[in-house]
Amino acid sequence: MRRIYMDHNATTPLREEVLEAMLPYLREEFGNASSLHHFGIQARRAVERARETVATALGAKPREIVLTGCGTESDNQAIKGVACANRHKGDHIITSRVEHKAVLQTCEYLEKHGFRVTYLPVDAYGVVNPDDVAQAITEQTILVSVMFANNEVGTIQPIAEIARVCRERGVPFHTDAVQAVGKLPVDVKALGIDLLSLSAHKFYGPKGVGALYVRQGVRVDPLLHGGHQERGRRAATENVAGIVGAAKALELRLDEMAAEAERLMALRERLHEGIIAKIDHVYLNGHPTQRLPGTLSLSFDFIEGEAIIMGLDLAGVAVSSGSACTSASLEPSHVLLAMGVHPGVAQGSIRFSLGRGNTEQDVDVVLEVLPGIVERLRAMSMFSPENPYPEEMSRGQKHWRGEEVA
Amino acid sequence: MSEFGWYTEKVIDHYQNPRNLGELEDADGVGVVGNPTCGDMMQIQIKVRDGRIEDVKFKTFGCGAAIATTSVATELIKGKTIEEALQVTNRDVMDILGGLPPVKVHCSLLAEEAIRAAVEDYRSKQGESDQ
Repeated sequence: MRRIYMDHNATTPLREEVLEAMLPYLREEFGNASSLHHFGIQARRAVERARETVATALGAKPREIVLTGCGTESDNQAIKGVACANRHKGDHIITSRVEHKAVLQTCEYLEKHGFRVTYLPVDAYGVVNPDDVAQAITEQTILVSVMFANNEVGTIQPIAEIARVCRERGVPFHTDAVQAVGKLPVDVKALGIDLLSLSAHKFYGPKGVGALYVRQGVRVDPLLHGGHQERGRRAATENVAGIVGAAKALELRLDEMAAEAERLMALRERLHEGIIAKIDHVYLNGHPTQRLPGTLSLSFDFIEGEAIIMGLDLAGVAVSSGSACTSASLEPSHVLLAMGVHPGVAQGSIRFSLGRGNTEQDVDVVLEVLPGIVERLRAMSMFSPENPYPEEMSRGQKHWRGEEVA
Repeated sequence: MSEFGWYTEKVIDHYQNPRNLGELEDADGVGVVGNPTCGDMMQIQIKVRDGRIEDVKFKTFGCGAAIATTSVATELIKGKTIEEALQVTNRDVMDILGGLPPVKVHCSLLAEEAIRAAVEDYRSKQGESDQ
């Protein structure tokens, strides 16, 4: 069976050229970048070249780039690092309700340690209002963190406007740009961003490498202590091969980004239009236009998303769910709930995220198999247009095991 | 099923070829459990004659495991007496499916609950007609 991968927001395949660039550093150039001999110097040069590439790609200076172990680590360091370094100035952090868990749960952790966090609402498309940011900022605010583009629905935030509000009030602004870098133009100076997280495996680089941009002058404590690496901002022996791969992947991606964005947007629209032409009771999640080029999140009424994913997987098509059914909580996606999507409808959502390998032919395969899967699952469901979800069914309802659904 | 494994062949089989799918026109007992907010809702209908479950049908809103566990639950109680049906546990459902991933064990519990709810509904209706 030919397998079609449409889950590029989860991860992407490593490019062949990237693997080739990494291999020498897994073989003969194995040195520790902190060593003073030939092997160490070779590794150091590779790391610093990579840092320059990443900095150039973001419009930053090399010394403003901290190389990390993943996007989650970058988010953790940005938020905990700024919070710890600025505790004497205030205890208030502002973020949004649609952030990735790497941001949300880091903020929740800080709340346990005495910080106060404001979780800003979003509109029906998942957009944060910059005016809400301005209103939430107080004398005690030490950080604003709003994602660049949402991983589940693809909505792009008004980053420049939010950054401007923060700059005017003198509050550092962090953005989780894990889904944006490699898909959208990102210039930290032009946008006025103070801290930015990225992850290499989202743009055809290796897993286990991320980066955090920290504007010169912004104070950030390290998460990892125990060495001088990364100018004292991250103690750890550098993952040289991974770092080289990340830089190579970013460089290659930027060359093709504009053309790829156009191509993916056309594929995405072909997929979307094909689906709504063939299937009733389908809704788009996320902003109609201000959205990542390859992301298409849809809700299918009367059925559950994971069951659709299973059907598609058995037909050779890999997609993701917006629903958090695999987690023990059973709650629907926090992103869709924040956008005001009905909880039952939210459970019926799936996310297509298209990427480099996808073709029109792939889209047509999905359009061929999906209607049958949806029809079959709807025949199994007790819900239908004649028998819709109960109106009163909403948040606060008792779970079947007697637990409160938050 | 290993801790890290996903669905077994049996789960996939029941997902693709659910047994006893549909609705009864003249059910003697109906059990509906779960809710769509949590992503799982099951309905089991039974037709009872002389204390024995003569026919059974189900409908499920939920993931593959929810569909498979309800399907197995209907197979387990079809032709059984009411008392025997009440003996069916989520373990029995899991055993037939060759296990479930840990995050999906709750589906088997829900299926067990659906059987009980259908039987209880039948019994309460019996009670009413006796009066």
